[in-house]
Amino acid sequence: MALPNAPKYQADERDLIATDISAYLAKQTSKELLRFITCGSVDDGKSTLIGRLLYETRQIFDDQMAALEADSKRVGTQGSNIDFALLVDGLTAEREQGITIDVAYRFFATSKRKFIVADTPGHEQYTRNMVTGASTADLALLLVDARKGVLEQTRRHSILCKLVGIRRMVLAVTKMDLVDFDQNAFDAIVADYRAFAGQVGIDDWIAIPVSGLSGDNVAGRGEAMRWYDGPALLDHLETVPIASAADEAKPFRLPVQWVSRPDQHFRGFAGQVASGAIAPGDEVRILPSGRMTKVARIVTMDGDLHQATAGQSVTVTLADEVDCSRGDVIAAAKDPPHAADQFEATVVWMADEPMTPGRGYWLKLGTQAVTATVAHPKHQLNVNTLEELAAKTLDLNAIGVAELTTDRPIVFEAYEPSDGGPPNRALGGFILIDKLTNATVAAGMLHFALRRAENVHWQALDVSRETHARLKGQKPAVLWFTGLSGAGKSTIANLVEKKLAALGRHTFLLDGDNVRHGLNKDLGFTETDRIENIRRVGEVAKLMADAGLIVLTAFISPFRAEREMVRRMIPKGEFIEVYVDTPLAEAEKRDVKGLYAKARAGELPNFTGIDSPYEAPENPELWIDTTELSAEAAAEKIVVAILEFERR
Amino acid sequence: MSGLTHLDRLEAESIHIMRETVAEAARPVMLYSIGKDSAVMLHLARKAFYPAPLPFPLLHVDTTWKFQDMYRLRDKVGAEEGIELIVYKNPEAEAKGINPFDHGPLHTDLWKTEGLRQALDMYGFDAAFGGARRDEEKSRAKERIFSFRTASHRWDPKRQRPELWSLYNVRKNPGESMRVFPLSNWTELDIWTYILRERIEIVPLYLAARRPVVERDGLLIMVDDDRFQLKDGEQVQTRSVRFRTLGCYPLSGAIESDADTIEQVVQEMLLATTSERQGRIIDRDAGEGSMEKKKQEGYF
Repeated sequence: MALPNAPKYQADERDLIATDISAYLAKQTSKELLRFITCGSVDDGKSTLIGRLLYETRQIFDDQMAALEADSKRVGTQGSNIDFALLVDGLTAEREQGITIDVAYRFFATSKRKFIVADTPGHEQYTRNMVTGASTADLALLLVDARKGVLEQTRRHSILCKLVGIRRMVLAVTKMDLVDFDQNAFDAIVADYRAFAGQVGIDDWIAIPVSGLSGDNVAGRGEAMRWYDGPALLDHLETVPIASAADEAKPFRLPVQWVSRPDQHFRGFAGQVASGAIAPGDEVRILPSGRMTKVARIVTMDGDLHQATAGQSVTVTLADEVDCSRGDVIAAAKDPPHAADQFEATVVWMADEPMTPGRGYWLKLGTQAVTATVAHPKHQLNVNTLEELAAKTLDLNAIGVAELTTDRPIVFEAYEPSDGGPPNRALGGFILIDKLTNATVAAGMLHFALRRAENVHWQALDVSRETHARLKGQKPAVLWFTGLSGAGKSTIANLVEKKLAALGRHTFLLDGDNVRHGLNKDLGFTETDRIENIRRVGEVAKLMADAGLIVLTAFISPFRAEREMVRRMIPKGEFIEVYVDTPLAEAEKRDVKGLYAKARAGELPNFTGIDSPYEAPENPELWIDTTELSAEAAAEKIVVAILEFERR
Repeated sequence: MSGLTHLDRLEAESIHIMRETVAEAARPVMLYSIGKDSAVMLHLARKAFYPAPLPFPLLHVDTTWKFQDMYRLRDKVGAEEGIELIVYKNPEAEAKGINPFDHGPLHTDLWKTEGLRQALDMYGFDAAFGGARRDEEKSRAKERIFSFRTASHRWDPKRQRPELWSLYNVRKNPGESMRVFPLSNWTELDIWTYILRERIEIVPLYLAARRPVVERDGLLIMVDDDRFQLKDGEQVQTRSVRFRTLGCYPLSGAIESDADTIEQVVQEMLLATTSERQGRIIDRDAGEGSMEKKKQEGYF
């Protein structure tokens, strides 16, 4: 077996370890940390290059080396040579398929820095993983095969990294050994990339010709490419400025993670400083409330601090008793961030299920969690060309620009600062979470707030909703019946309306028949359309309740998120969710309209209960078990509850 | 220029992760294995919530076969004010007298893997901190910091949630749980330098001393109590040894060493030629991909 050159790089360090371990360890405590991402495909020699970096910096032990030699013989792709790629490809499934399928994190260190490498795959279907790896990186290492040059993939990776806010790139031209270390081959690739980088606005990059196999220009300059006069890769990584260090120069931001209240005398606000610096006595503003106060102490287990800076996890106490809890942001009083509830953002879709415009997702930004809906995308981005394409939704790995609305204001900053500095990751990056599966379905970067909510003033009405209600002598309400098809919603709602009318109440019943044929006749039965259907019904119910009516609605409304959306539209206490609980087997047995039979036969796609989920209410105001109550008894029970509601 | 060193940044990240878990999980717990990584994790937790006491209990899934020195440190930690220590032993393993001498891989299966599941289910913990690091083993390198587990505690490497920035999705449905790894980005050297910097107490077995050992299958096994079953021809010898990793004493291989300070241990480690998990029998059980398999089954 041909052994690679023994690692020379760490020789000095190893001398120090052997002769003066205390001095060595003292040096360890003052290292910096650089995080970078590697982009390239299996064929670009990426794993070989990373394996080489680990080897050169002595992160590989003899037993691993022995295992590697054995593996190289058995499944390696380098003939009798050591296949460094085997060090890096982790999961068994990957080794069998010979591909990398996820983000893997690698670690190595030199005497100056510790490095965390996000190793991500190159195939298009794994854009998600690349964006994930890039989200925490200071720098991107782009690999280009010297034989193939700049490919579409190289351009895509560059654009993705730039999109996530990485400013610095290293173009590593790999496999130089396979082009006889030819300078012309290298120069042509560099010229090619320069033209592309200029077009898309990547201005901070350098190109280095390397060979993972021979080690040239990886850890040291090597002999094979004397024509190259730049730094070796490792030298560059050791000296390039660290982007996240610039966060300190920005205004102070501390997203509150957790409120510490061990006893009645201590109330501390714990969190990681997102940017800037703070000292006791500094004036701060609590957002979104806007209350002003001063920092009293910065408390740590090792004693109070005189100052805390970006990146540190601290606990601060405030001079005044102000309201402040998880999700709030403590910020520099003179330069606070804004709060808003409508934004434009870049959204990277990461789930197999496409985005559903109008549906409510959990949005997590910093320590804030709210419900957000995303509008139809303004456009989708072609990540190979930056071209803007029309799109109705976003599929897995699609990147688009869309407007989103949150159910309450959130404190934020534009992801890309206007001064071109490092991105505001902590208050500008967010994830979307599916409310049913709890999967992380998207990542996003806020551009700016849309001031629409402030500009469009609602028409002030002289005759208020209170006046409408008083004229009718009743308390408006929305009785929202939900349940499976055939559960008995319409039947019961009809009976309730009759009884209320008999009691002299002004009511209106909205159900599928009088809505689907008019207001919503443009809507079908896809998930998106069903959500829009419910949204419109909610808005109509709200207007009718404003007019003083008791509104009854009878829709399957299968998704919890949409029912919650309607609940939020209606004044507090006036939304009464009535869960008509009929087990699927029972509803299917009744099958009054013959719909279940059709659905089972595959004639009705997206049928609730069959191939589309029904999310039962967790805390409905009224729970009607139709296996115990007749429709008449159920209606009676609901009317009694309404009379009670009116007396409250 | 930032004054934060890489250790400062790792510390801040771990604290952030712990606070995020406590803020969002209903019933968190910290898995306490008494080893050096656990010691660091516990220290970080104290820092994260100071001046408040730990807002979660420590859970030791005991096998009854740990080293005496480990039990001593565990009980000392458990007696501290503000620390709630839960010791759980799988009653089935206890009743059957499962031990590493007679039962081979079943020992780890029943005491550790099954014991952990039982304890998590019994107390209803929905988030459990573990001290695993990504540099330990290849399959760990891909695991998330917040690792989602199904109601049957399985890990599916193909269905991991993307983890961006420092935004962690801690949401789950009833019955599902999270394993949380605050030390994900630490390396073994980081652990040691941090133990030195922060003067963290560790089990003395990490430092060399003269101890009674038996040579078996190329490993040096310490005779820690009178349950040790000597095979024919085996001799108990006293040698100067230390341990790189600690587990059940009959399954932990010692290495011969005179390093009796942490500095010397680190020195030996850096000049060493075999990786850390080498002294552990457990990884060898199923050969290729064995840790990955164990993880899918619910082992930490």
